[in-house]
Amino acid sequence: MIWELFFQPFADFGFMRRALLGCIAVSVGATPLGVFLMLRRMSLTGDAMAHAILPGAALGYLVAGLSLGAMTVGGLIAGMAVALASGYVTRMTALREDASLAAFYLISLALGVLIISTRGSNVDLMHVLFGSVLALDNAALTLLCAIASLSLIMLALFFRPLVLECADAQFLRSVSRLSALTHFIFLTLVVMNLVGGFHALGTLMAVGIMILPAAAARFWTGRIGTLILFAATIALLSSYSGLLLSYHYSLPTGPAIILVAGGFYIVSLVLGRQGSIVQQARSVRIAEI
Amino acid sequence: MGLVLLGDVIAGCAVSVAVAFENYSLGYNRNPAVMQLQTEIPQGSLTAIVGPNGAGKSTLLKGLTGSLPPLSGQVSFGSLESEDISYLPQQSEVDRSFPISVHELVAMGLWRHVGAFGRIGRSYKHKVQEALAAVGLTGFEKRAIGSLSGGQVQRALFARLLLQDSPLVLLDEPFNAIDANTTADLINVVKRWHGEGRTILAVLHDTEAVKAHFPQTLLLARELVAHGPTAEVLTAENQFRARQMCEACSGPPHTCTIHPS
Repeated sequence: MIWELFFQPFADFGFMRRALLGCIAVSVGATPLGVFLMLRRMSLTGDAMAHAILPGAALGYLVAGLSLGAMTVGGLIAGMAVALASGYVTRMTALREDASLAAFYLISLALGVLIISTRGSNVDLMHVLFGSVLALDNAALTLLCAIASLSLIMLALFFRPLVLECADAQFLRSVSRLSALTHFIFLTLVVMNLVGGFHALGTLMAVGIMILPAAAARFWTGRIGTLILFAATIALLSSYSGLLLSYHYSLPTGPAIILVAGGFYIVSLVLGRQGSIVQQARSVRIAEI
Repeated sequence: MGLVLLGDVIAGCAVSVAVAFENYSLGYNRNPAVMQLQTEIPQGSLTAIVGPNGAGKSTLLKGLTGSLPPLSGQVSFGSLESEDISYLPQQSEVDRSFPISVHELVAMGLWRHVGAFGRIGRSYKHKVQEALAAVGLTGFEKRAIGSLSGGQVQRALFARLLLQDSPLVLLDEPFNAIDANTTADLINVVKRWHGEGRTILAVLHDTEAVKAHFPQTLLLARELVAHGPTAEVLTAENQFRARQMCEACSGPPHTCTIHPS
């Protein structure tokens, strides 16, 4: 019974094993970045950048069809362009970063949907928007694993400057020239993981596996190391249960995974140990006594 | 140009110069905030920078850190390199909701030694402990910075400055909105630095504190009003003149004329 419910789908079907590996790669690579995005109050920036990838991927699609390489390169270029352009606009004009980012990503999203729907079918559009985790080929899997490995290596290398860049950027600038480089590497890693994630979960959902586990973990711990560990664990559990749910109940996989992560978030929001609803209510009661 | 009291140049050559301003002007968008500053800060001096609001005090410190390029003139630091300068800004941009501990925040003062990748070994940990003890934060190592009060954060930032171990320390209103106990403790840290021969420039509002603890004062009102021993600089006449000079220049839109000297 337990075997059939939890393990047999993966034992019997290669595509399920591939999907699981792809999701593990995305979970491990993306969640630490999600933690930093959240701590820097850039969660919506991640969302905006995920949308911004679309026209790049769409142009890649236009040139080479549903080709992994072309769509990846296109997505990377578009994502970085929007990230840098909105940063530039913020520094050079009166517009705040959130507004300029929103402007750029809305333009990108509309452009992307337009390009795909004029040239491709609705199926293609669905593939780009919602991913195809059950149809990951070798090349896609290699790409996902490579991105995850690179992210972890770069994070390990740049952990101290990155933490300092988040906690006290002014100080980092005063003692080191790494500030701008660190920020750039961080943005690049975010874009890379979003591009990787979009092959598995689609452009709309890729950011979910980045942010939701991080947001959920925040209700359980205040230390950055444990935060990353918790977030990655939640992402892995969500991927695994999402895949199983989608297998047993014939649900679309990407949304199933993200919804499980959403479930973790809601439960943490209510029951978590740090700043959750229950905990806030309790501390108010104590204050009243 | 105002009267310049160069009381510091006592022996002319016996005291070496830490910071020399030469016709130094600073500003934003071509609006000068500091005009044609011409003076020298002797090495090892403890100098308060005072002046009315909008006198360009904070701007002057930003100029010294190099984050704001001069409009004209120049500033030279003698034998000091840019990494020999440590700076505590007025509104520190420390994100207090970020989950790092007091120990981790303070240990970053060792950046020059450990850099981005170096290990913080036992001897460095001991140094962090000493710095925390010097600012009265022993026992707070593991606390998250978000759980500290404003005064405790300022103590931690002073501990970080201690570890930076710079010959030139710039403080922008370090005792603003901080309780009396903390201020007294931190003034002792500043005096300790002075005793160690460091050069300290501190922007301050509280003239009583300046008179009590700072031997030198630089009175600024966009232009230099006076610079020298505190008792000679902080006269009623000088302070009145500083206020007048600032009012003459304030109120948007303003055009400040730079007089040819």
